[in-house]
Amino acid sequence: MNPLIRSTAAELAAKIASREVSAVEVAQAHLDRIGEVDGAVNAFLHVDTEGALKAARKVDDDLAAGAHVGPLAGVPIALKDVLTTEGVPTTVGSKMLEGWVPPYDATVTRRLKEAGVVILGKTNMDEFAMGSSTENSAYGPTRNPWDLDRIPGGSGGGSAAALAAFQAPLSIGTDTGGSIRQPGAVTGTVGVKPTYGGVSRYGLVAFSSSLDQAGPCARTVLDAALLHEVIAGYDPMDSTSINAPVPPVVAAAREGASGDLSGVRVGVVTQFSGEGYQPGVLRSFEAAVAQLKQLGAEVVEVSCPSFDYALPAYYLIAPSEASSNLARFDAMRYGIRVGDDSTRSAEEVMSLTREAGFGPEVKRRIMIGTYALSSGYYDAYYGSAQKVRTLISRDFEAAFATVDVLVSPTTPTTAFPLGERTGDPMAMYKADLCTIPANLAGNAAMSLPSGLSDEDGLPVGLQIMAPALQDHRMYRVAAAYEVARDAALGAPVIQGVPQLAGAR
Amino acid sequence: MPSISRDEVAHLARLARLAVTDDELDLFAGQLDVILQSVATVGDIAAADIPPTSHAVPLTNVFREDVVRPSLGQQQALAGAPAAEDGRFRVPRILGEEA
Repeated sequence: MNPLIRSTAAELAAKIASREVSAVEVAQAHLDRIGEVDGAVNAFLHVDTEGALKAARKVDDDLAAGAHVGPLAGVPIALKDVLTTEGVPTTVGSKMLEGWVPPYDATVTRRLKEAGVVILGKTNMDEFAMGSSTENSAYGPTRNPWDLDRIPGGSGGGSAAALAAFQAPLSIGTDTGGSIRQPGAVTGTVGVKPTYGGVSRYGLVAFSSSLDQAGPCARTVLDAALLHEVIAGYDPMDSTSINAPVPPVVAAAREGASGDLSGVRVGVVTQFSGEGYQPGVLRSFEAAVAQLKQLGAEVVEVSCPSFDYALPAYYLIAPSEASSNLARFDAMRYGIRVGDDSTRSAEEVMSLTREAGFGPEVKRRIMIGTYALSSGYYDAYYGSAQKVRTLISRDFEAAFATVDVLVSPTTPTTAFPLGERTGDPMAMYKADLCTIPANLAGNAAMSLPSGLSDEDGLPVGLQIMAPALQDHRMYRVAAAYEVARDAALGAPVIQGVPQLAGAR
Repeated sequence: MPSISRDEVAHLARLARLAVTDDELDLFAGQLDVILQSVATVGDIAAADIPPTSHAVPLTNVFREDVVRPSLGQQQALAGAPAAEDGRFRVPRILGEEA
């Protein structure tokens, strides 16, 4: 194994900038790794070898010419296939967009390119980002590098697995109900959902527009912070983009790494415990909380009673918005078309195309949303869910009046076996139990590893939540915890990933 | 909360322009019933005096200067179309037999 692929993004950036290694060498090392292990992992839907090497060469040329480059120039990244890439296929994990080549870059894509970050390819995901296991991808599931028979989380399982399999040091995910954080938790990686509106949604294929948020994924807190600052910031192309300075997350991560959390008030959410939680997950969480205390944080319990209703509210609001958003897939302007035999009407072709192009989970959610928005049911379902959303925001406001950050397990269990929950949608939905409140309220939240569960040896995630636009608070806490955890465990959690079969 | 029937699911599928199969109707009817009964619990705490939230950030109308800026050309806009003709999107007839 080329040692370059085990480096952090910060290390790679420094080596590339000092010309100790070339960006082309770094890109090639990761492309080689993808070639070796992706047959087993299936993290990538498309690998853009030519584009990656060209982008890397450009960074090397710029450096040779003495040009100033950004803090992540030349570092490779894996991009979730929900963000458009000009000239590179974007499928959103769906047959509906098989073969679609977008004519424009998402703002996130553009910012990465402008920063000299090298896009290796597009990662696998649950279709239209609907799922918690990547098993809803039309192109086969991604497998968890910790145990290839288990799920890598979802919807961004490809972006998380690519990090854990050392195929890329950085990736981009999108988080509507936990799709960055839950895959991060079950793969032993770091995933951040920035404050809603912190990262532009322009070019992000919409699932639930009031909840969707792109964010950074990495193997270390500092790497996530560095990537956060590259992709975040106001964008006039997104009407919900926040016109305010990007929170100082890199400075916060560096400050946190000094290991002092004195004066920081941490709230443990009492709702996220008990029945349905794997004992090893809770033990890992309790050990993490004890660690935070040792670092000087003041820890208190905080009750957020409406969080118990976040899951049902989410599974009404997100499908409702999805049923509207996915109406654009009408077989007319882009995507596949089925049954156009010159006798059928546009409506018949539309219905046949949507039947053939969407998988079962997408159909379920479109129908749930259609139901929840129907006259006669609107008040009881969608209207009530919007009220619950208000209550959840109020719970967060009350909590953040007394604490700086909230913590909980990221997801109730470790990675479950492939196939275990595919026949039971409600069981699958419960993987998002702890992550959904932050989407509904729009505040910042992240997951980082809290070690391995003692009963199955699989990674556990610690979720840290912060108020809107206070993303830096959680980075500070996470960075401090990361240093203490590595010292206590003797090595970073990610080093425990088993050697993948087929890899040299 | 009332449970959802197979016929109601078929109606939803028609509204959503999904030509679902009979097998899918059997499967989805059961699953949607379980999901809808579960999510209906939002009604337990949604008191009348609570205002609804549609969005996490306040939404106001966004204006920009009315100036010409680059946009997709005709070729680019049609590049992903399932069918195009004479520089336009070609679509099936839009009126059904009964119209």
